[in-house]
Amino acid sequence: MGLMAKDFDKPKGADLEEARLRQQAIGVKLRQMFDDVVNEPVPDEFLDILRRADARAGGKE
Amino acid sequence: MVERTAMDQGSENVFKRDLVALIPHLRAFARTLCGDAAAADDLAQDTVMKAWDARSSYQMGTNMKAWTFMILRNQFYSEKRRSWRQTQLDQEAAERTLVATDDPASPLALDELRQALTMLPTEQREALILVGAGGFAYEEAADICGCAVGTVKSRVSRARRALQAILEDGAYDRDGRPASEAMRSILSDAERLSQSR
Repeated sequence: MGLMAKDFDKPKGADLEEARLRQQAIGVKLRQMFDDVVNEPVPDEFLDILRRADARAGGKE
Repeated sequence: MVERTAMDQGSENVFKRDLVALIPHLRAFARTLCGDAAAADDLAQDTVMKAWDARSSYQMGTNMKAWTFMILRNQFYSEKRRSWRQTQLDQEAAERTLVATDDPASPLALDELRQALTMLPTEQREALILVGAGGFAYEEAADICGCAVGTVKSRVSRARRALQAILEDGAYDRDGRPASEAMRSILSDAERLSQSR
């Protein structure tokens, strides 16, 4: 209850600014989380898939 | 065997080069859908195989990233339908993994964000990741998810609000610390990151 009263006392502009800042921060971390995986070295198994595909195609010719 | 126009060798090489370049992004998208890193890599590998097999149906010059993300997503949901029970178990395992992250160097704020993400419905999570981290426009995300642009927009905005609420109100707590600290650590971490750039 006390919290809500305090929130209502705050000017609306400051609330919006605070919410915007928080969303921005979440956005930055979200991109970081995704980019962390993008920047990981790709496991060999992935390239093996395409190497095997090459071998299959080569065998057919 | 299915009849199809074979790609010429040159196009095939270009296709393969572009597909290889997309692997890191496919792994990242899969990780956000599956949570569990090993299951995510299985999903991403299946996607690479399917994309390679379907290469003759890819229109050269169109958005290959969106095309492969669509394959990954379809694969994820068809596996989920096939064995929803197994997926439930996987989900629980993923949540445990995410909660007890074994990487001591993993920043606190990221752990909390990962954990909060697992609490979102999958459709909200994928929309938010595609637009907020994957670099897709709303229209592209709508194509990938097979829904209307307006639907993507509302999913993204619901996901943002829900994430913020989870991080602020603390639907969970970690190591006995008040969960409201999650938002604080994300704010200060983001601030530090933006200053160091």
